[in-house]
Formats: sequence, structure tokens, C-alpha cells
Amino acid sequence: MSEEKEWKDLIIQGTVYKTTYTRKFEQRVNWEAPNDNMLYSFIPGTIIDIFVKPKQKLKEGETILLLEAMKMQNQVRMPFDGEIVKINVKKDEVIPNRYLMVEIKPKK
Amino acid sequence: MGGGEKAMEMQAKMGKLTARERIIALLDKNSFHEYDLFAEHSAKDFGMESKVLHGDGVIIGTGTIKSKPICIFAQDFTVAGGSLGLMHARKITKIMDHALKMRVPLIGINDSGGARIQEGVNSLAGYGEIFFRNTLASGVIPQISVILGPCAGGAVYSPALTDFVFVVENISKMFITGPSVIKSVLGEEISMEELGGARVHAEITGNAHFFAKTELECFEQIKTLISYIPRSNAKKALAYPPKPPLKGKKIEDIVPLDARIPYDMRDIIKTITDGSEFLEVMELFAPNIIIGFGRMDGETIGFVANQPMVLAGVLDCDSSDKAARFIRYCDAFNIPIVTLEDMPGYLPGADQEHAGVIRHGAKILYAYSEATVPKVTIILRKAYGGGYIAMNSRHLRADFVFAWPTAEIAVMGPEGAANIVFRKEIAEAENPEEMRRQKIQEYKDKFANPYVAAAQGYIDEVIEPKDTRSRILHALQVSENKSVFLPNKKHGIPPF
Repeated sequence: MSEEKEWKDLIIQGTVYKTTYTRKFEQRVNWEAPNDNMLYSFIPGTIIDIFVKPKQKLKEGETILLLEAMKMQNQVRMPFDGEIVKINVKKDEVIPNRYLMVEIKPKK
Repeated sequence: MGGGEKAMEMQAKMGKLTARERIIALLDKNSFHEYDLFAEHSAKDFGMESKVLHGDGVIIGTGTIKSKPICIFAQDFTVAGGSLGLMHARKITKIMDHALKMRVPLIGINDSGGARIQEGVNSLAGYGEIFFRNTLASGVIPQISVILGPCAGGAVYSPALTDFVFVVENISKMFITGPSVIKSVLGEEISMEELGGARVHAEITGNAHFFAKTELECFEQIKTLISYIPRSNAKKALAYPPKPPLKGKKIEDIVPLDARIPYDMRDIIKTITDGSEFLEVMELFAPNIIIGFGRMDGETIGFVANQPMVLAGVLDCDSSDKAARFIRYCDAFNIPIVTLEDMPGYLPGADQEHAGVIRHGAKILYAYSEATVPKVTIILRKAYGGGYIAMNSRHLRADFVFAWPTAEIAVMGPEGAANIVFRKEIAEAENPEEMRRQKIQEYKDKFANPYVAAAQGYIDEVIEPKDTRSRILHALQVSENKSVFLPNKKHGIPPF
């Protein structure tokens, strides 16, 4: 480790300590509460089919699209009765992990 | 020899030594004896029947390092890419069995493209036989893995099961699935070095324990490590002639009085060890805790020390994993543990909690509680909260706990404590800030010292910093015949 003379602050239970950070500490991500209305990809892969259109009403469990990854065709299903708000992916599109695929909203 | 001129040229082009050159560079001169030089595979499919693979791509044998006997295998990348087939695996398991039977350290040099596909399930069986032996030998003989090339797929589980993993920049590559598979299946692009290079494993994953720039530097590190550890769990590490620490910084001048100001804990360790020598393990991973070997009066000691210079020396998931495994290593191999404590507690944050700091942090408690080797703790400054208990406290059966006059043993730091204990007084005061300052001082005067804990016998003695080495030496001398009885069990269920 190189000699760092520029100390950074780390607050632990009200006390401010002079210290240095690790790369891992600097790259930590803040936690966000999940939003049930945003359907993110849970694995990187290819959208091989989309079965719905915006404003379409769906029942819980109906398939929205197919996401192929690791040789598996994953069915992304409607988690509750509701409506498609916006589709952010196209057929044959390759998407990364945690990509916002579809926005939905529950039935009123 | 090897896989022929062309393959050896290729190996040199990659900046790598050949398997044989590596063994010669690592072992004492003329000490290597090779076995199974004439081993041949018996595969019959996919054209293998007409292929001659010298030694089946791996060299095995025995030799010495610093006159200590060892068993070694080195995969030969110049022969069929060092791929592992049945005979290749049989040679490795033969030398492993030998090492376990003779109770000598095992060193494995990994440089292999992976399973020999042509041999199908036989190569998988080979890996399984190696992993099984790694597990049986764990805690009985030292096992060292040296990654000097690719070590991919199932093959990486063997190093992961061994005690110490050595990696070299731009040469070592360890991963479960390689970049090409990741790209074809997941669409993510990443280079081999970024995915599983030496620095990644030394700094980010914690899979590697020693990082070197060149193979020769790596071999020097292995030789040094071998000098510190015993040949098996039935022995103590060989003692060296005692020598005093170098005359450098004075121990009493290193630590600032203000507990919020950092210093380099390694400077403290070097005022304690013979010749100021210290072999740091996992230097780049979780540097908020320091682990490593030194000698005191010639005997090997394992050091576990908080590092105030990084993240204020807090305990977190990674530093707990790092320390706990090292404690278990020392305990398994009869190496006394000296703990140097200066830490404000656990690192706060949702990322830590969600990463499981509860079960990770518990590993330190488990490891210290279970360890029956002599255990000495020195509290230099802060020892707050759960971290105080975890860092080899009396309550986990430390044999000796010494504190410097600057030690603060408390549930938390004065600022946090005053805010809670005197919440009402501070809120109702005419000048809350002034009141807060007063109350912090009041708390400091009462608790920010070693005497409250000493009054309960949780600390054996408050010592002058300059007496640290002599007190540890005396404690270790007294502990030499330490004998502890733990309840009979098949094995515990430690937090993983």
C-alpha cells in the first residue's frame, strides 16, 4: 500500500476518525427499496419474444416476455393483476443484468 | 522434455517459466527427485490413442526448501496445455497421498487449461479425487497453491481448499467461467485479467494470500512462508536463533494519544518481532486488519492486528473472514496468536448488514473461542463494543490481556455514548453544544481508560508501551505447556 498522507473521515457512532478508504468501500452501492412496478432483468440475456403491448391489462402469472440466458428461456410474468405501462426492450435485444425491461402498475 | 521446443518457446513468450524450471527455482539446489516420469495416459478416443504426452502434463516429486522436506507437483502447460486427464490426476493424488502419509507440506503449481475434454468424465473424477484429498489433508499438513497460469473451471476449487494461494501479476488467471463463456452466454465483456487476474484475487475476492510481480519473487515468498510454518499439525514450527528487533521507531512514539488519529500498525509489529521481520498475509485484501507471521525469541507467532490507517481499523465482512481463517490456521498448526487491538467497532452501513456482517463477524468470535494455542492480547487504544469482545477478549479465553495506559475499553466511543446517556440533559440545556462537550468529557474521564475493565479482571495488567515485547515473551513462555480441554464433538458448525 502506498503512503497516503491525505486522510479521509470515517464516522463511527458519532466519532470522526482520520483514516483511508479501500477501493471496495468507495465502490459500495447504497441500498434502494425495490419498486414492484419496475421489472428489471435478473440476469443478462436476450429478449426472444414479447407477448404484450402498452396499456394491455394482465392477470397475475401471465407471461410478459421471454428472456433467454444460460440456455434457459426465462418467462417474465406479471407479479399481480395490473396493466403494462411501458416496454423498454425490443425483440432480439441483448440486455445486461438489472436492466429496466418493463414498467407496470397494479389494477386499481 | 516437456511438450517440445515450440511449446516451450510459447511458454517463454508468455513470460512464464516451464514446470521444471519452476521446481528448480523453488527448491534447494539438487534436492528434487521426480517420480512417474514415464506415466502414460490410456485414452483411446478422439485421436488420443496416437498422442504421446510426456509425463501426462504434470511433474511430481519430493525435495527440500530451506532444508525442509516437501512434496510438490507442477502442471506442465507445454504438454497438452497442462490439461488434466486420468493419469495426470493420478500422479497428483499419488504425491498428495505421499505428503499426507509422510506429514510434509504439499506445494501445487497450477498451470492448466482445465479438464482434458477427450477423457470425459475421467478428468472430472480426477478433480474430485484431488479435492477430496485437499479436504482430508486440511489442518494436517500445510497445503500451498501457486497459480502460475490459467486455473479455470472446477480446477480452481483445489487452490480454494488449500491454506495459502500465491498469485503473480499478468500470469495467474483464476475463474469458474472464463471471459468467452461469459460473453457468449451473458453478453458481458471483460478481460481475463479484470475477471480473475492476480490483483483481483489479492485485493477484491480474497482468494489469494500472496501477490508478486514475478515468478521469482513469488518463489521467494513461498520460501519465507515455509520457514515460518511447521511441517505438520503434530509439530511446532522450527525455531530460529533469537534476535532483538531492529533499532528503529520507538514503540511509545508511534501511537498518537488522540484515538481519532491514525498510524501504521505494521510499525508497532516491527518493534516487537525478532529482527523487525514480518511476513504479511493477504496484504491487499481487507487491509483494515493485518495478519501475518513474525518471530519472537526465535519462535513463530501469528499476528492479528487492527489497522487504524485503513477504515479506522473497523471490523467488517472481509476483515472478519480474513482474520478468522488465519486464527484457525495458527490454531491448527500450533502457532501462538498475538492480537494487537485498536478499533472503534464494526463498520456501519446497509451494504455491510446486507452482505451478512452478522455471520461474517461471528467467524472471528468462533475462531478465537475455539483456538487452544496460547493467545495474548494487547489493547493499544480503542476497544469498543462487540469488536472488543471479538478481538480475543478475556471472555473468549485469551490467556493474557494487557492494556496500554491509553486503552479505552467501553461499549462505544465517548461521543456516541454521551449522546445516548445524556440525551435528555443535552436536549434541555440552554447551550446544547456546550453541554454535549461537557458530557463527552465526563464520559471520557470515567470510561475512556483501561482501569474500569482492569477492576473487573478483564484486563490482567496495564503496561507501559515499551514493555510490550517483554510482556508478550513472558506470557508465551508461561503458556508453553498450555493445555485446554474442549467438549468432545465430531466438529462444530462454524458460521460460513
